[in-house]
Amino acid sequence: MKSLFLSAAVIALFSGPAMAGKAFVSNERGNTISVVNTETWEVEHEFFAGNRPRGITVSPDGTKIYVCASDDNLVRVFDSSTYEELPSLPSGPDPELFVIEPSGKRLYIANEDDNLVTVTDTETRTVLAEVPVGVEPEGMGISPDAKWVVNTSETTNMAHFISTEDYTIKHNILVDQRPRYAQYTADGSRLFVTSEIGGTVTVMDIDADGAPTVVGKISFEVAGVQPEWLQPVGAKVTSDGTRLFVALGPANRVAVVDAQSLEVLDYILVGQRVWQLDFTPDEKYLLTTNGNSNDITVIDVAQEAAIRSVQVGQQPWGVVTVE
Amino acid sequence: MRRFFAPILAAIFLCVTAGVAAAIDVKAAVLRIDYQTLLPISRYDQKPDDLGFAGAVLADEDNATTGAFLGHTYETVMVAVPPEEADAAMDQLLGEGIRLFVVLARADDLLRLTDKAAEAGALVFNAQAPDIALRDDQCRANLLHIAPSRAMNADAVAQFAVWKKWTDWFLVSGSNPNDVALAEAYRRAAQKFGAVITEDLTFEDTGGSRRTDSGHVMVQRQLPLFTQEAADHDVVIAADETDYFGKFLTYHLWTPRPVMGSGGLRPVAMHGAHEAYGATQFQTRFDRSAGRYVRPEDYNVWLALRVVNEAVTRANTAEPDGVRDYALSDAFDLAAFKGQKVTFRDWNGQLRQPILLYDGSVTASVSPQEGFLHQSSLLDTLGLDRPESSCTAFN
Repeated sequence: MKSLFLSAAVIALFSGPAMAGKAFVSNERGNTISVVNTETWEVEHEFFAGNRPRGITVSPDGTKIYVCASDDNLVRVFDSSTYEELPSLPSGPDPELFVIEPSGKRLYIANEDDNLVTVTDTETRTVLAEVPVGVEPEGMGISPDAKWVVNTSETTNMAHFISTEDYTIKHNILVDQRPRYAQYTADGSRLFVTSEIGGTVTVMDIDADGAPTVVGKISFEVAGVQPEWLQPVGAKVTSDGTRLFVALGPANRVAVVDAQSLEVLDYILVGQRVWQLDFTPDEKYLLTTNGNSNDITVIDVAQEAAIRSVQVGQQPWGVVTVE
Repeated sequence: MRRFFAPILAAIFLCVTAGVAAAIDVKAAVLRIDYQTLLPISRYDQKPDDLGFAGAVLADEDNATTGAFLGHTYETVMVAVPPEEADAAMDQLLGEGIRLFVVLARADDLLRLTDKAAEAGALVFNAQAPDIALRDDQCRANLLHIAPSRAMNADAVAQFAVWKKWTDWFLVSGSNPNDVALAEAYRRAAQKFGAVITEDLTFEDTGGSRRTDSGHVMVQRQLPLFTQEAADHDVVIAADETDYFGKFLTYHLWTPRPVMGSGGLRPVAMHGAHEAYGATQFQTRFDRSAGRYVRPEDYNVWLALRVVNEAVTRANTAEPDGVRDYALSDAFDLAAFKGQKVTFRDWNGQLRQPILLYDGSVTASVSPQEGFLHQSSLLDTLGLDRPESSCTAFN
């Protein structure tokens, strides 16, 4: 999502000679980050990123890469050009996924082991608040106006709507088993929550005041694939709100969904155990992390087809792109 | 009678969800019968005092966290009794108004308590007894099985052996009734999946030779001789539910072969090192709450109470019939850290679930194995399938 908001800002910032974009891939088991050139699709660099790096995001100005180093119980920070490590951020125990607000000031971090969402100030590097949520918080989404952070709890099976004004939960929506990811549309009018074990995506319409209403549920079906392997995890929606892409985990496919009618249009075969997704800033490509085949798949968004795969480190988990 | 009380978490969450559902205070009980048994072969397998109960404590914590958002509270009473006090304990708990039970007991006691519970309209979850008859002609309409059956465990091992192309089996059974029943499950599994038992021997339980009196010295002499004349085989399958020789087999065979079943690679519902499918989070929560690693009994109790929580959360009922009906319905599914949803078989009340194959240190594999197909659920390749069960209580 961040890249959708970023593109304009980043383009404005870099007025010099055109630079090749980069994708940063966190390798959960390899404890590294692979840096992939998004024009040549070559791995340019790989560097140590802490123990069990999972969630990964970028500062709005594109200069800092934030990584949830789950087994180090902190967020590690790296310079996106030099890959030098910068001072870490406190995260609370076992950070898995997080979301950064469009201003870049606050990080909202899910602490899987402690039923908490930790709010960290990226400038002062202090914890601003801890919000108690359901059991095993995981997915984190933020509304485009930054007024709401949505956390999904994997064992409680709810989407918790946290107000960023007072850090309290205002709405709880029950969803299907093991919700993994929450994704708003760019205009903030719709929210998608994936449920890994339930095998569905819950679709909510969001009022002007941020209140959610469940309006539908997306299910998946692939001939020749056992229904229990269709496990929705990562999800991204195009900035025009027309297409939703859903990573289906051990089904090794990304579903292409009409984000308005909620009809599943196609399934794109990718690598094994596809986990998280990110668009390149120009939204020309969608990158998928494939945990069991140790690669990423590059999907051409307009063609809705996989065009190549790139070998990265061990057990790629998350991906973020930078202009 | 010893009683363990789970801490009741204070509701610390602001509940702002539209108050459509009425508050429900869920009260359940875990009833565990403690039998006089010999010590296990390994000191690591000694039963902790809070066996099973530790799963209830974690379940109450998890359920209370979820319940706090919906105005529901959870309290589970935990009772451990010797067999002769079990009926009185059940009477007392029923007298306190409890209608949801998780029972850790042997099959005969479980059935008697289940029938007593039925008279009061109560629902029972079986968290321990693996007997196939309980899922077959001895099934009960108010009895749901969280614990896998001997058939499920044997099928899980058989599938792995066949996947490995280890289809010639040397079956070594114990001589006690539960060992004999387990051996029978392995014979059935061999037939079901196309393995051949080339040698079928019983290793008599003559007492003695346990670990405290230098058990390994004796078995180092006894087991090679015992296994010397066996016909050619790919793998040794141990059926030793009593736990008096199976774990010694691995390094005391005449012919070196892998061991599976009651020694070597063992089928379990859960173990403390299982980390796949997000289970690390469950393990760390459990370790922190209990101060030890999880046992299958703890996991079974936790899962039973999570079933109750699902019914309360999604069907808004804590009534025994309501919980049962929801659990058996198509709407029910539950994440259980085994990589796919678990659900109940509506023909005998057994929880469908993957079985972990555990070598004492890691999850070596998970059954069902690739390639064993089924027309409705791959999980139904483990244990009694619909046409195989003569249970009619769920019709």
